[in-house]
This record gives sequence, structure tokens and C-alpha cells, in this order.
Amino acid sequence: MEKKNYTVSIYTENNIGLLSRIAAIFLKRHINIESITASKSEVNEVMRFIIVVEVAEEQIKKIVGQIEKQIEVIKAFYHTDDEMIFQETALYKVKSSEFVEDLNIQDFIKDTNARIVTVTQNFFVIEKTGKRHEIENLYEKLKPYGLMQFVRSGTIAVSKNEMPISSILENFNTTNSIS
Amino acid sequence: MEVKTASFEKITTHATTVSGAEAVIKCLLEEGVKTIYGYPGGAIMPVYDELYKYQDKIHHVLTRHEQGATHAAQGFARVTGKVGVAIATSGPGATNLVTGIADAQIDSTPMVCITGQVGSHLLGSDAFQETDIVGISTPITKWNYQVTKASEIPEVLAKAFYIARSGRPGPVLIDITKDAQFDSLEFSYKKCSGIRSYNPFPEVNLLQVERAADLINSAKKPLVVFGQGVILGNAEELLKQVIEKAGLPAAWTILGLSALDTDHPLNVGMVGMHGNYAPNMLTNECDVLIAIGMRFDDRVTGNLKHYAKQAKVIHFEIDPAEIDKNVKADVPVLGDVKETLKALLELLKPNAHASWQQKFKELYDIEFEKIIKNDLNAEKGMLGMAEVIDEINHCSKGDAVIVSDVGQHQMIACRYSKFNQSRSNVTSGGLGTMGFALPAAIGAKMGVPNREVVAIIGDGGYQMTIQELGTIFQTKVPVKIVVLNNGFLGMVRQWQQMFFDKRYASTEMVNPDFIAIVKGYHIKAKQVTERSQLEHAVKEMMESKEAYFLEVKVEQEENVFPMIPTGASVSEILLE
Ligand SMILES: Cc1ncc(C[n+]2csc(CCOP(=O)(O)OP(=O)(O)O)c2C)c(N)n1
Repeated sequence: MEKKNYTVSIYTENNIGLLSRIAAIFLKRHINIESITASKSEVNEVMRFIIVVEVAEEQIKKIVGQIEKQIEVIKAFYHTDDEMIFQETALYKVKSSEFVEDLNIQDFIKDTNARIVTVTQNFFVIEKTGKRHEIENLYEKLKPYGLMQFVRSGTIAVSKNEMPISSILENFNTTNSIS
Repeated sequence: MEVKTASFEKITTHATTVSGAEAVIKCLLEEGVKTIYGYPGGAIMPVYDELYKYQDKIHHVLTRHEQGATHAAQGFARVTGKVGVAIATSGPGATNLVTGIADAQIDSTPMVCITGQVGSHLLGSDAFQETDIVGISTPITKWNYQVTKASEIPEVLAKAFYIARSGRPGPVLIDITKDAQFDSLEFSYKKCSGIRSYNPFPEVNLLQVERAADLINSAKKPLVVFGQGVILGNAEELLKQVIEKAGLPAAWTILGLSALDTDHPLNVGMVGMHGNYAPNMLTNECDVLIAIGMRFDDRVTGNLKHYAKQAKVIHFEIDPAEIDKNVKADVPVLGDVKETLKALLELLKPNAHASWQQKFKELYDIEFEKIIKNDLNAEKGMLGMAEVIDEINHCSKGDAVIVSDVGQHQMIACRYSKFNQSRSNVTSGGLGTMGFALPAAIGAKMGVPNREVVAIIGDGGYQMTIQELGTIFQTKVPVKIVVLNNGFLGMVRQWQQMFFDKRYASTEMVNPDFIAIVKGYHIKAKQVTERSQLEHAVKEMMESKEAYFLEVKVEQEENVFPMIPTGASVSEILLE
């Protein structure tokens, strides 16, 4: 079956150890995690993981089933790239000397909508938020100037469709009147 | 505002100030636990101190190894349906639980394991007997949690029991730091009644039940394959009504054994690698395959590419992750089998499928001629394993709980034991854990003291947990132990014979004098070497009021047939 990028969104209780439970599900099946992020979500005290993997649809279905089975996972979804809006952020550290001398650099920073976050005597730090290929592009352009450091964040993404977490949780509260 | 992530029943006890250790015992009592299995050590000593005080309320069974404690708890859980409890200290005590936890996970056995842990100020410092048991047990538990504050104990244990027993059951591990055991808390107990991120009973979609009923009603060659889900869901009676009403031949998986009487006319035997000829062959001939509470394990399906391809598949299952995992279901029916089978029963049309049933009989006759007859009625040579099981059947009349270990004797025990009530077959199915049977039999006998419990074990597996003879001696639990001694790791030897040109690498066993060992524990013992001694010895064992050990010297190079070789299809099952 054809492999594709899938973004898995997992809403969970905030529980120590859940990350390793989820990671183990991928590990056991020898699936490389392309990117992973964890943060709070739109719901009070609910965490959201975003994991990007490249697998076949048949496999991602099973994986999401296994993830949902974990006690502290409230709900997990998987989406293809065109069903998501996603972004990544990268930081590029470049020598100041190069930067000041070469006007080209300054141009493509402007063109790519990147931002200069820090300037010191020795180095500049440039930040770029966007799609993976845009970040890669800027990387390729800056590379000849001697990148001192480069780091890219995991993918963060929101889905175009609704993810009805609040209603799932409300449903629990009404069916289990809490004493 | 604090967010509530779980719901609890009304308070059943008035708050009193107790230590964390005492709270653990009080939680167990609130959950109706009367027997626990374990082994003490430094990090769990506060709890053991409380066990001393509560010894008239809770029976702690000192096994001889923590692995034995888990298997005993499993044996108890499998025959009673209640949650088994095992307890151990930190470090090596905790790691010794791992095999039993993994076994309980793969065989869906409700179990709560409690481990002591070093003081919370020492966590992460590689302190004496510190191991990250929560990390280690993560992939093999349904849930686990480390308690570092005494005040958490009642809620966490309430959740542990709820998770272990609800939905598809499984093992839960709770690790409690030593300071949390010493500190005090205001104790009041509320049973857990729901966790918002966990839905143990998926809602039944009646439309799917209707679709299933339509398929079954129009089937010409239907076949039911049922597993332990029927037992875990207490749906044995419903299963019987369903198959009787619609005239459905029904085969069991190894863990489904005893959910239906062995002699029920619609019981067509066991599927899988060493199962019966007819249900394996006809899996690839049926037009509708009705899977109930089973998970299409590879030992059941053989090569998936050639598994029931001609059939429409209906899958009754409680765990959504099992649907389409190995075999694609045309009609998945999610939910508690007790509900779904009930709804199905109403919709089924009476049917008999006489000529289709006849096919099973014909294939049974072939298996009987080629295998069963010889297994049961050998007249010369060494005793065969099946003859021993048959003799036990004669005495037990199908009333006994049969606990089997792993290997050839297990397959023979499962093929030939007779059952006339549910929860009577205790074996390590998914994990195939050698050493399981002796301690599991101890727990099983304690769970159902009025029933006869017979452990069937190979000479290899027996020596993996042989130390539990000490537990039997100390508790006087009257289990019956049968060691079928072939002097080999028989199942591996069989594979070596069939697939490795008889190169018997490290499978021959030089065994000790088993009778002498058992005598050291003052357990009654007898050895049988001749066919003529068997009947009397088995009778004496079954009639014994005390524990009894029977060693039977059996044919050394017997092979178990039928057999589906790895990678072959179910219909390529070998008769010789
Ligand atoms: C703990 C463990 N180790 C190894 C195995 C692999 N194994 C499966 S069956 C078997 C042989 C069992 O021999 P024995 O207990 O003598 O029983 P027999 O097959 O002879 O009846 C072995 C080694 C296993 N299942 N479990």
C-alpha cells in the first residue's frame, strides 16, 4: 500500500508516562516518527500531541486504534496533509560578518518573510515559520554562508474539520454525575 | 476549579486517618479481595506490616518467586472472573513480575500488581533496588501509575481495579513509593465507576447486529469461531442459544475452551495450529465466518493470505482495536457480547444445516482414524500423553479445572480434556509462558476450592517454577500435579525433527529424581512408568484430599498432530 504523510492528533489527560506509552506503539511497529510535539490544547487541562509519520493508511488506522486504547487518551484522529493546516518554525544562526557583507542574504530574508530575532557582534539569529519546504529552501540558501546552528520545531497543525473533544468530555460529565 | 477526570460511587467508609500502607489494605478489602499473592522486601515492608495486622481479613500467600505470585493471581482470576492481586518489592521483586504481567496482558486477564518503590526523594538516583518498573511495564500493562503521595492511594487503587476488570480486562501495575506508604492520609473509599478518557463498553450498533443476522440467516455453510471473549463477557449461555437456534457448528480457540460443553453436538473442536482437522479445514470452506470474542491470533489463522478468503466475516468484539487488525471484517459488531449476542438471538431464524454439519463429522472421522484412535488406544510402547488426559477425564467426568503449561502436553491437554462448565481451562495462550501452570494451579484452586484442579505440565516447564512446591507445602492447597515426562523439551524437539533434520540442539533434558524432590516437600507422590499402572494412579490422585504429584513417563519422541506448519494455510493442516 502507498505510504503517505499522516498527522496524528491525540487529546490526552495530562499524565506522566503517556508519552512513552504512545511512543512505544510506534516503536513496536518500527515506525519512524518524523516529528512530535506536545502542548496544552483548547480544552482546560487536556494535552494535545501532534505526531507526523509516513505510513500506509491501513497501518495508521490500526495505530490510532492502539493509541485510543490507552486509558488516558481521550481521542485520537489521523489526517492527510490536505486535511490539515500546519506550520513549522526554524531558527538559523549565521555569522555576522557574512551577513553584513553579503546583500543577497538580506534580500532573501525579506523575500521569504523570515525574521531577524537577535543581532550580536558575532552572529545573527533568523527565524522562519512556514511549510517544511519553505524552511528547507531557506536552509539551502543560508548553508553556503556557513550556518553556525540550525534547529527546526516539530509540526504543529490544526485540522480543517472539527475535533469534538469538548462534547466528548461533556458527555462523560452528564452521564456520570460526579458525586 | 479542579477538573474531574473520573467518577466514583458514593463514599462507603467514613474518613479515618491511616498510613498509606494501611490504606492499601483497606482498598483491597473494599474491593472484596480476600487472597493476595506476593513476596516481601524492603520497599514494600510497610504494607507487609499492615498485612500482619490484617491477617484475619486478608490471606497473603507467600509464593517462592514473584513470577509465581503473578501466575497464581492469574489462575485465580481466570477461574473466578475476579481481579487477581500480586504484590512485590521494588527492583528485582518488581522485575520478576514482568513475565506474568505480559502474560495477563496478552490473555486479557484482570490483575492488579502492587509494587513497593524507593522513597520519592531517591527516585532517579539509582538508589538501592530502584528500577523504573513503571517504564518497564508500560508496554505490557493496560494501565500503570506511580504513587508518590499517600493521599492518592484510594483513588488510584479504585481506578486500578476498575480498569483491570472492565471492558477487555488486563493487568494494571501500581508502584507506591516507600514514603507514600509511611505517610498518613484521611481515608475514605469510593469505587470507581467511570473514567472520561476510557470507554470500556462501546455502544452497540443494532444495525450491525441486523446485518450480521441477515448474513447468518442466509448462510449455507456458517461457522462460529469463539474465544475467551465469551467467557469474559459471561455470555456462555447466550452463545449456546445462538448456535442451537441457528444450527451453527462452533469451534473454540484455545482460550475459548470450556465456554461450551465439550460434548455439545454443535461443538466441532479447536481451531489453530494443533487444533482439530474439521474446523481448520472448513474455515476455508464456510460461507460465513462468525468470530465471537476472539482476535485472529496467527496461531489460529495460519497464513492470513489464505485464511477464509471465500467467507464473509462477522466479528463480535469489545475492543475496537481488534476490528480489522488481522482479518478484515465485513460486518464488525462492536460491543459487549452479552448485549450483542442477545440482540442477535432475537433476529436469528431457526435452522439446522444438517448436511454442512455432516461435513464436520466426516472430517472428524478422518482425524479419529489417523490420530485420535492411536493417541488414545495405543497398546504397546511407552504411554502417550493423551492416554493420561483420557484417564483424568474418566475420573473427573469433565468437572475438573485443567491448568496446562506450555508445549506438547499443553496441546494434548487442550485437545483431549473434557469440560462441562465454563472457566475450566487455564493455560497460557498468547504468551506461551513455560512455568505458568504450577503457580496458576495454586491460584485456581484457591479461587474455586470446591472444584478439582489438575495441572498438566511438561518436565521442562515444571522446572521453571518448581519452587512453588514450597507454596503448596506451606499452604496445603490440594492441587493435583501431573508431570508428563518425556525427557525432552518436547515441542521444540518436534520442530527440530520436522524442520531442522532432527538436530536436537539443547532439547534433551537430564532430569532429577522428581519424586525425591516432591517428597522433600512432603507432598504425596507417585511415578507411573507402565500402562498397567496408570488407571489406578490417576484414580488415587483424583481421590486424594491432599495435594498429589504424579509423574508419568511418556513416549520420548511423540509428535503432536494435526499441525499447521508456520506460514501454511489452515487448510494445509497436516495429519502426519
Ligand atoms: C519461558 C519459555 N521459554 C521457552 C519457551 C519455548 N518453548 C515452547 S514449548 C517448549 C518445550 C516445553 O517442554 P516441556 O515443558 O518439557 O513440555 P513438552 O513439550 O515436552 O510437553 C519450549 C522450550 C517458552 N514457551 N517459554
